[in-house]
Amino acid sequence: MIAMRGYPRSDGRKGIRNTVVVGYLVECAHHVAREIAIPFREADVHVIGFPGCYPNAYAETMMERLCTHPNVGAVLLVSLGCESFNKYGLERAVRASGRPVKTLVIQAAGGTRKSIAEGRDFVSEQRLLLDEAEMVPMAASELVVGTVCGGSDGTSGITGNPAAGRAFDLLIADGAACIFEETGELIGCEHIMAARAVTPALGAELEASVAKAARYYATLGYGSFAAGNADGGLTTIEEKSMGAYAKSGASPISGLIKPGDIPPRGGLYLLDVVPDGEVRFGFPNINDNAEIAELIACGAHAVLFVTGRGSVVGSAISPVVKICANPETFRRMDDDMDIDAGAILEGRATLDQVGAAIRDLVLDLGRGKRTRSEALAHQEFILTYKSFEPIGPACLPT
Amino acid sequence: MAEAKRAVSDGRLLLLGSGDNVLVARQRIAAGEAMSIEGRAAVLAVDLPIGHKLARRAIAAGEKIIKYGAPIGVATQAIAPGEHVHVHNVRSDYTPTYHLTAEQGSGA
Repeated sequence: MIAMRGYPRSDGRKGIRNTVVVGYLVECAHHVAREIAIPFREADVHVIGFPGCYPNAYAETMMERLCTHPNVGAVLLVSLGCESFNKYGLERAVRASGRPVKTLVIQAAGGTRKSIAEGRDFVSEQRLLLDEAEMVPMAASELVVGTVCGGSDGTSGITGNPAAGRAFDLLIADGAACIFEETGELIGCEHIMAARAVTPALGAELEASVAKAARYYATLGYGSFAAGNADGGLTTIEEKSMGAYAKSGASPISGLIKPGDIPPRGGLYLLDVVPDGEVRFGFPNINDNAEIAELIACGAHAVLFVTGRGSVVGSAISPVVKICANPETFRRMDDDMDIDAGAILEGRATLDQVGAAIRDLVLDLGRGKRTRSEALAHQEFILTYKSFEPIGPACLPT
Repeated sequence: MAEAKRAVSDGRLLLLGSGDNVLVARQRIAAGEAMSIEGRAAVLAVDLPIGHKLARRAIAAGEKIIKYGAPIGVATQAIAPGEHVHVHNVRSDYTPTYHLTAEQGSGA
């Protein structure tokens, strides 16, 4: 079997991609960032950014973790010039990581046209250098893998989610760190989940994170539940939760992290995505891509995305593996899907077979294979305002 | 009758937990099809899309709906064996379920 290979980074992590990130620091710089990247849209140049003009510690942490993600090789920051984002701090952090970085300030560069030209010069120079970069052997134990479900239906909890859970168990047995999330979609599962924590104090933290989510959503008046979930046969948030929970597999839970926290070692981690404190800034995650961006900010090299209704999304920075839970959806949208988990419902494959196929595909991503969403140039990204307190001492037992 | 029985005892329905009071459709099942629910004949009143639920036995108003061995909501009315179990006869114990129908789209 061919070994996995990765790009070595100064912090000891390795990347399975060597992407140039073009990061806009306010919506006013988004167009210029997009125009810079357009000629490179199929050459691993991805646009990310934060639209807000006013400061937000969460967004600054997210941007820093994303710009220093192991799958990222070089960074161009695009600033209008007058926004509040701390571009100096971000540039310093990226430079300290050993990555080439340039901050392009549109107001100083002389406007749109000049900024686009200057930005494209930098990107094309970096692309050439990165394409020559040396790769080194990489082990499964060096991987961080996230999972999310979106466009869920009544098949998700029977096929795709438990299959993703089996894949997690296999990856964790090989030493990888795996992250599941959306505490708002674990409502009703908190007690059985807490029983899997490696310490009772961590179990209490897991339960508290779900109680926080339930309070948050109750204030908003809606659960983490979209109209299409009901069309697909899901009746309540607790039914959706039971299905979503299956993504976590059966391994012990090693820790509770928040967006931007990197798992310290292999094992299974819950990512708490619901903000702390009073309800501010609206919904915790306004769509699936907000959750994917948070998993990637925690270091995920790849994200397993289970869908029943049929999501087409990918992401900037890390490949998204699309696991289709519903066999009817797979037949209709097979170009977008990497894994046919609906085969389980039709007796064409077992849960264990599909779980192993997902694990194998993740490892293949480290041997040059591309996902369907990567091949289709999906590079969705969204980042909005949130606020978090740091995790407590019981969250990462040693 | 023999026809109806053959159409049933059914690979089409999935029991996820031994104590569940709902069954899940493994495939689309058309309205009017005969089924056997726990050995008793029933006729499906509505089209049941893949992944949707029907009652495994009579469920009283106020009773918990059990799927995967866990409560997933509460019946808002009495539900007969073989009847579609969904947003029209179940509510969440946490937050209300938001759903859209084509009728809403036409202003009804």
